Amino acid sequence: MKKTKNINEMPKKNPLSFQLNLQKFEKASQESKAQKIVERESVTFFKDGMRRLWKNKIAVTCAFILLFIIAAIIFVPLFYPYSYDQQLGLSMGKTDYSYANLGPFEYGETEQERMENGEFVFPHIFGTDKDGRDYFIRVLYGTRVSLGVGLFASIIVLIIGTLYGSISGYFGGKVDLIMMRLVDIIYSLPDMLMIILFSVVLKQIINPAPGTILYKLGAGMISIFVVFALLYWVSMARLIRGQILTIKQQEFVLTAKALGASPARIIRKHLLPNCISVMVISTALQIPNAIFTESFLSYLGLGVSMPMPSLGSLAAQAREGIYSYPYQLIFPALAICLIVLSLNLLGDGLRDAFDPKQK
Amino acid sequence: MDKKFLYYLIKRVLLAVVTIFLVVTITFWTMQAIPGGPFLSEKSPSAETMAALEAKYGLDKPLGEQYLTYVKGVFTLDFGPSLKFRGQQVMDLILEGFAVSAKIGLMAAAMALILGMVFGSLAAVFHDRLVDRIIMVVSTACVAMPSFLIATLLLLIFAVNLGWFPTNGNQAGGLVLPTVALALYPMSYTIRLTRSSMLDVLGQDYIRTAKAKGVKPSMVLFKHALKNAVTPVITYAGPMIAFILTGSLVVEEIFAVHGLGSFFVSSIINRDYPMVMGVTIFLAVIVIIMMLISDVLYKLVDPRVDLS
Repeated sequence: MKKTKNINEMPKKNPLSFQLNLQKFEKASQESKAQKIVERESVTFFKDGMRRLWKNKIAVTCAFILLFIIAAIIFVPLFYPYSYDQQLGLSMGKTDYSYANLGPFEYGETEQERMENGEFVFPHIFGTDKDGRDYFIRVLYGTRVSLGVGLFASIIVLIIGTLYGSISGYFGGKVDLIMMRLVDIIYSLPDMLMIILFSVVLKQIINPAPGTILYKLGAGMISIFVVFALLYWVSMARLIRGQILTIKQQEFVLTAKALGASPARIIRKHLLPNCISVMVISTALQIPNAIFTESFLSYLGLGVSMPMPSLGSLAAQAREGIYSYPYQLIFPALAICLIVLSLNLLGDGLRDAFDPKQK
Repeated sequence: MDKKFLYYLIKRVLLAVVTIFLVVTITFWTMQAIPGGPFLSEKSPSAETMAALEAKYGLDKPLGEQYLTYVKGVFTLDFGPSLKFRGQQVMDLILEGFAVSAKIGLMAAAMALILGMVFGSLAAVFHDRLVDRIIMVVSTACVAMPSFLIATLLLLIFAVNLGWFPTNGNQAGGLVLPTVALALYPMSYTIRLTRSSMLDVLGQDYIRTAKAKGVKPSMVLFKHALKNAVTPVITYAGPMIAFILTGSLVVEEIFAVHGLGSFFVSSIINRDYPMVMGVTIFLAVIVIIMMLISDVLYKLVDPRVDLS
């Protein structure tokens, strides 16, 4: 049989068949063909969203602020002459109290002597704290700890929530019912109170091995992660489940099923890639939440252990000297506000850019 | 009341009861995980005293029995005696502290809801104008600050530097700053919530109809729009109470108010475990009940909500 058929050489039509009569069709002219040419490259969903995000000046500014902060907390400690736990006044077992509670750009006694001799002394940009530790590097480390906790806790939430939500949403029926009842119950637990309770208890029973990073952070930090893993994933699970419920109705999922793909493969390859925008947005909005929780617990004395600083514990320590050294409160407070504000605004921007309903 | 609503109500109440039960269970068993008995302190008592104490507080019985006694105690509002405040019942201490905390909490909640709805509506009415911009900038900034920071900053500015209010919350006028500190975050949240739902409502057809019929603008706003715009705020009332209650834990400490929060913090530091358990369960029950009320009220007020 020939591949292309001449219109006039149509086989004889069976009177009962629905075969189309090709003679009724007209050839497209060059003009109408030209109309169909796509002049712009087709954009993917991701590219489209990024383009809209880029137009949002506030969100872009926030993204740059965050990048700047992240670069600062990674690179500045590498060449900064002081370390976060170095008590500058402490030398040969004696404490030089002229180093305690210095104001910004003030110097201790021995440092002043050295400066008179023409030596260069790196300035204490934010002053020092009551133990004579350089405050700038402490705030920097505090930001590192707080941001790190926020990010890590959000990733835990993301993994557990996504797994749970996608399984519940995909299988539906009784599985979904039971799994969602559990979510309902955990959701209505007062999370902050449970966190405080767990932190109180875990601080007593967890003893990380000395020398590890967890030992430096302290049992309070581990309990924060444990609590996030236990309680905070439920809203993420609900969100993912809702997405999966709508996506799984679509034809491509049916096709995959008909071709014999396993549920795990369908979830991984077909459903989750369609939820990515939801996952990114809610993770971005989850980080400030985690930072809030961490700083709250550190403020209560349940968070990071000394001498490692976090923004919350710095603010708590500053409260003791609030009448004389208010700037010790202002710096960590500003850092928290800046980070949380940027993340909130960036999260809002992401939602506006990637939410299909907002177009 | 139709059958569907009744079904929803029963389901929701059952869920609340299960949650309370779960809170009690979690609290009891996690506290058991703490090593060392509650009577261990710097100077350990002798073995006989220890045994006598344990017998007195029922700690020599098997854990299962202790648990059942505790659960029974909770449902009869008895949390047992405090360990640090010798001779006092946890429940009495809680009620004493809660009287103060409730006062601040209710004032803060009222302030947050009323001002939040007023400013939120204002921002929506003057959408994209200067008033809207100012309100949104301030409320966005307030959402970015944890309550303990707001409290300390307020203390620093208004009590220490300006001297307008006392730094101690127990003096006259001392409750103003803690109330404001607690209210700012939920207020900002309410503003954002009201604004977005108000904008939504103002764009709807029935508002245009009302305007076209010549109803006074103030009437359209208050009678037609506000009623529908504030319903989402009702759902926030429950979480808001939870936020204010937990927020007050530190805010009271900062302003030295003798409320439930300062009790809680000091009992964490003193390792007064019955007190920690009691306060946790007490606050949890309040939060759960408030969530229940706000959820049910929302479905009752807005008949369009799906009762599934």
